[in-house]
This record gives sequence, structure tokens and C-alpha cells, in this order.
Amino acid sequence: MSDQLYQEQIVALAKARTGAGKLANPTKSARRDNPLCGDRVTIDVRLDGQGKIAEIAHQVRGCLLCQASASALSSIAIGRDAVGIAAARHEAERAVGREEGGAAGPFAAFAPVAAHKSRQECVLLPFEALKDALS
Amino acid sequence: MSFDVRAVRSQFPILSEIIDGRPVHYLDNGASAQTPDAVLDAVRTYETTGRANVLRGVHRLAERATDAYENARTEVATFLGVAPMEIIFTGGCTAAINLVAYSYGSLLKPGDRILLSELEHHSNIVPWQMLRARAGIEIDMVPVTVDGRIDLEKLPELITPRTKLISLAHVSNVTGAMVDVGTVVAAAKTVGAKVMLDGAQKAPHGPIDLPALGVDFYAFAGHKAYGPNGIGVLWAKAELLEAMPPFMGGGSMIGRVTFAETTWAPPPRRFEAGTPPIGPAIGLGAACKWMRALDWTGAHAHEMMMVQHLMDGLQKIDGARIFGPAGLQNRYPVVSFMLDGVHPHDVAQTLDSFGVAVRAGHHCAQPLMDRFDLDGTTRVSMAPYNDRSDIDALLTGVRHAAKTLR
Repeated sequence: MSDQLYQEQIVALAKARTGAGKLANPTKSARRDNPLCGDRVTIDVRLDGQGKIAEIAHQVRGCLLCQASASALSSIAIGRDAVGIAAARHEAERAVGREEGGAAGPFAAFAPVAAHKSRQECVLLPFEALKDALS
Repeated sequence: MSFDVRAVRSQFPILSEIIDGRPVHYLDNGASAQTPDAVLDAVRTYETTGRANVLRGVHRLAERATDAYENARTEVATFLGVAPMEIIFTGGCTAAINLVAYSYGSLLKPGDRILLSELEHHSNIVPWQMLRARAGIEIDMVPVTVDGRIDLEKLPELITPRTKLISLAHVSNVTGAMVDVGTVVAAAKTVGAKVMLDGAQKAPHGPIDLPALGVDFYAFAGHKAYGPNGIGVLWAKAELLEAMPPFMGGGSMIGRVTFAETTWAPPPRRFEAGTPPIGPAIGLGAACKWMRALDWTGAHAHEMMMVQHLMDGLQKIDGARIFGPAGLQNRYPVVSFMLDGVHPHDVAQTLDSFGVAVRAGHHCAQPLMDRFDLDGTTRVSMAPYNDRSDIDALLTGVRHAAKTLR
């Protein structure tokens, strides 16, 4: 079961660490904790004049799924505003089976998480942090 | 004669289950232990031959239920070496600690102090913080040594004349370290403080002689001690219970009710408002009786053999580090470890694919995790029915996680 969960694409996303780190001068930052497992995500964003993400960085103290999700999110975040990030979240929700339909883009890699309900929050935690940062 | 683990295993139906083609390697006993036939039978007997409410009925089923419920109290008391009337059935260990924090806590004055340790489970921290908010008491904290023990050398400097209660984990749910109760009780006596032990991780490892320990309060959970869910125990010295006001009001805990005034029943009923968890209490009584019949000298040696086997195996895995005592002295079979470069949840998830159940994360001990800057640990918690094959399966899974996830 878990061998299927930790497929190459997910492991590769986590190892890529896209956007890992901090921004020197973020417009906004937000931190989210998952009280159940202790995972913690901090996201910094620098916004342009239209409220679109010009730069993003994340620090994850969490599991591989959370790291992979933060990495995937950072890879598609530039140029998006809150509405664009909400659309990406729908992709992630579809990937993990919380919404109907298939997922596209990097979030398709999270399809194996659909069979592991207890781990779905790990994938969605970076979205929660980014939502707070953009609100 | 050596400890017959097969004979023990045969009494736990779930251990012979095959789940998704794999045997059950259950090493999450610190979260919830499995249940033997003796407990299942006792609960079934109550539900099928004596189900009724306790205390008030005059019919035969009510009498059977009341007898079984009070016999369970006696079984628990015998397990702890105390009087039945000092045993209070609660909803769990957390409920037992909350009862003390609320009821005994209501006797404290602003400025009185409670002493806890850095390795406590949240259930032995948060009720005291709530009491602090209600009553203006202060909380002090004994630090933990690098090998995951409560640093009792710091006790004398932390105890003050205002210290009214020292409340500590008898055995840590993260590191498996057992506290030296004698040292704690001696230190408490210097200022007249009471001592409470959270026995959640100790009770599943055999009968306890509470009078010999010299403590004042003891709490443990049924489901971690081979009993049902929804049942826990608070033991306290009779004179303390006599002095304590009720925690919850309702039926059964009263002497006489009028709209002008209500008087309280004597302990233990004063603290058992409403219909108690009758079936679970009967199951826990059976679990205590089952534990009393087990060869704990053999069982403990068997458990420590598994701890050693686990430690030896982890030592051979690159990047695996144990968090807790390195030796076998004054410890119980709860072993936490980290695997460098792999988050504990990913270790646990990988182990699940090998049929191995463990717990990963902060183990409801976030202050301890913060103290050592840990994301969490993977925790292996054993019971007498575990064997080397469980540890071998776990080590295979950890090696696989080390190879594939970093």
C-alpha cells in the first residue's frame, strides 16, 4: 500500500525542494500547523501591484507528502493571485479524491494519497498556509 | 521455565488475523493495546446475561450488573494493592487527571504551585493550565535529561513551600523511562506536597504496589491495559477523596437532593455521576485479573529482550537514532527513534506496508519535542504478546524506508 503511496513522482517533488527557504523581504507570511501530527508549514510571498505572486518560499517541518505538496505548489504559484491558487487547490483536492474528476499538472502525482485518508491533510497544509498569506 | 509468548498470543484473537495478506505486527500498544479473550468474554457475559443499570434497580439483572461492576472495582483495587472504595471509574486516564485537577484543584489557593515535568503527555499539562486560568495557581516544570528521563537532580530547587502537588508520568509515553518514584515522594514530603502518577504506560506492564510507592493519586487507562475503550481509573487515598468535592453532578453521586441544597454521596460514588461505563468497567476488571495471572518476571524479561533486539537492529541502520535511555534499567518497552532524512510519519507509513503498526509524531508531548527540536519520533511500544518476528518485520521496514525515502 505505502509502496504505492511513495511513488517516484512524489519522492521527486519532495527532493526537488522547489521554493524551499525564506524570502528576504516578503509582502506577507503565514504559518499553519497541523495539530494532529505536528506538521508545520511557513510560507512567504512577495506580491506584485496586482496582488499576484512574484516570489514564493516555504519552510516545511513535516512529512514527505507535505514537502512534495509545498514544492508542487511553489512550482505553479508565480503569477497567480488568490483565485488562481484556489484553482490549484481544486487540482490537489481532485488528486487526493476529495473532489470529483482527475487532476492535472504536478498535483496529479498525489493520486495515490486518495487511498490514505489520514494523510490527505499533509498534502493540503501548504495550501492552507498560502491561503492565509494571501488573505 | 521461559516465558511462553505463544500461549499469550493465542489469547488475543486479533493477533492471528491476516490483513491485506500480512500478519499483524502490532507495536502501537502505547496508544492502545489489544484485548484478550478473558476481557471479551467478560464484557459479552455482562451484555448477554446481566445487562442493566447499576446501583438502583431491585430486579435480578440489576443485581447481576451491580455485582459485576463492583467486582470489577475490587479486581482493579487488587491489581493496585489498595482498597476498592478508593477506586473511581472514569472515562479514561485523561478524565481521571481532569477529575483531580478540577476537584483537588478546587482546594488550592492562588499562588499554590503544581510541579510537572517536561516530558508529560498533554493530558498531564493542559488540565493544570486550565486550573491555572481558573484558580491562579502556578505551574513549575522539571526538565528532562538528554536520555529522556525526568531530571530529578533538579527537584530540590523546584520544590517550594507552596508546592501542593507533583504530577508526573510513571513511565514516559515517548522514551519509556520510568521515574524514580521514591526520590519524588521523599522530595514531596519535605514540603507536604502530594504526588500523582500518570500510570497510562506503566499499568499495562503488570500489577503495581501503590502503598509501597507512597504516592497519593494514580491514574491509568483501560484500553492501554488490555481492557475496553471508554474506561479509566483514578485511585486516591481515602482521606483525600473524602475531602474532595465532586467533579460532575448528576445521578448516583448524591446523598439527598432538594432545590435548597444537595448533599454528596461518599467516595467513590461521589465521583461517578450518572450511569457509569458498566461494560467497559467489567472488561477492565477482567483485564486486571488477566494481568495478575501473567508471569510478569518472565514477561518483563521478554519485553526487555525485544527492546535490546530493537536497539541492536536500529544501531545497524545508518542515520537511525534512539531518543531515550540507551540501557534497559528503569525503563519499559516504549522506544522512540528518529531516522535522519525521513520524517517519522513516512517511516510509520512505510512500516504499515510491512504489516507493522507503530505511532509517529509528537505523541501528545509537544513541549518535549520542542525541547529537543524534534519534528517527532517513530515510537515502538511493545506488549508481552509481541515477539522477535514483530521487531524483525519493523527493522526490515525501517531499512526499506532508509533506502527509498532519502
